[in-house]
Amino acid sequence: MPTEGPTPLERFVRGILPENPVYRQLLGMCPTLAVTNGVAQALTMSGAVLFVLFCANIITSLIRGLLKPHLRILVFTLTIATFVTIADRILAAYVYSMSKELGPYIPLIIVNCIIICRCEVCASKQGPLTAGADAIGQSIGFALALLSLSIVRELLGTGALLTGTALELRVLPTNWPNWVVMVLPPGAFITLGLLLGLANWAASRLASLKNRPA
Amino acid sequence: MEHLGSLILVAVGAALINNFVLHYFVGICPFIGVSRRLDTAFGMGCAVTFVISIAALLSWTFTYYVLRPGAPLTSAILGKDVDLSILNYIVYIFVIASSVQLVEMYVRKFFPSLYKSFGVYLPLITTNCAILFACLEIMKHVSGANPSEIWGLDKALVLAVFGGVGFTLAIVIMAGIRQELDLCDVPESLRGAGITLIVAGILAMAFMGFTGVDRNLKDAFSKNLNVPATPISSATGQPKELTYNVRQK
Repeated sequence: MPTEGPTPLERFVRGILPENPVYRQLLGMCPTLAVTNGVAQALTMSGAVLFVLFCANIITSLIRGLLKPHLRILVFTLTIATFVTIADRILAAYVYSMSKELGPYIPLIIVNCIIICRCEVCASKQGPLTAGADAIGQSIGFALALLSLSIVRELLGTGALLTGTALELRVLPTNWPNWVVMVLPPGAFITLGLLLGLANWAASRLASLKNRPA
Repeated sequence: MEHLGSLILVAVGAALINNFVLHYFVGICPFIGVSRRLDTAFGMGCAVTFVISIAALLSWTFTYYVLRPGAPLTSAILGKDVDLSILNYIVYIFVIASSVQLVEMYVRKFFPSLYKSFGVYLPLITTNCAILFACLEIMKHVSGANPSEIWGLDKALVLAVFGGVGFTLAIVIMAGIRQELDLCDVPESLRGAGITLIVAGILAMAFMGFTGVDRNLKDAFSKNLNVPATPISSATGQPKELTYNVRQK
């Protein structure tokens, strides 16, 4: 089957920075804000999203010839819901405390715009190889965004990284006055807003450097 | 009286203390996307409240009678207790998608101008986390809860309606602030989503002021009014809950 559009490698690279789901496309804000109060939670969430996005993209890509235009969103959501159920059960079986901590945000992956958007933009038009590469690239981009946000928040909020796990890493001195607000909801909004501004500023700087005549 | 008190507690909790947008971060997409103008924001809030109520009604019914372990309808049909809760998510998303279709047809027929101003956001209510979140909260209190603590339909509906009211409140406040922000000189890279998120953060801080209201209300509802309200920790001058992560699961 002839594939038009970007190649697998292009799709993969694009997802990481140029089309980063959080900073460039503003998708998947709900988990981005909700689970980034700790690095461990952010990593678990990224893993779950990688699993669901990869499986959903592959399946959608394989059945793309059968999709009817008016029913496709429903088919996407049902496919995603199936894989989210699997991911939810696996997490509850193996890392129960983390699954409790993430609570409703694992099932909320079903309505995460990133996955539906990738099914719509990429997987329903291109072959499984491209779709798989796209899923991995986008998930890495998502994971990077979650990590950047959670590192800032956990560091300022508790002075350490990976708090509560075996790998706890004390970064700031112990007399650091914890900015409790950073691990609470307002900190999420403000940090993401500032990081978004930083990303926009960096992007416009890069663009103006490129356009400058040599 | 006690039942009414618990209903009021659920309502206040869903609308103010644990506001869907500002505390649980659900429904952020329309919160950023549709909060440019007051009238559109209010319409969006009403649409979400409406869909959330229908979805809550249907999902409570399905969970209570079919899906939860030991549900009456399933055991009557199959003759034994079966736990179908693994199907929860798929059933919920089906329920939500069909109720959104219903609302879309209704709005297109009776409010064409509102339909036009919603644009792509109306079908996107399907993927609005707030609605699935309400269904999941109801699931938590119906499936897997102790038999004595299972929520009735009234509590589920109160949670959904007041969750929707809380969403409307947040998005309308945000739209008002953003209309004023149009006149301000915002740094170029923060324009749009950036400044909206920062304002939302300040708004969330304001809403944190409601923390502890529920416990004082509970104390007020309980018979012995002599008991003082929950003690406030002397070191920080804030309710104790604030010193650790407020999001209790």
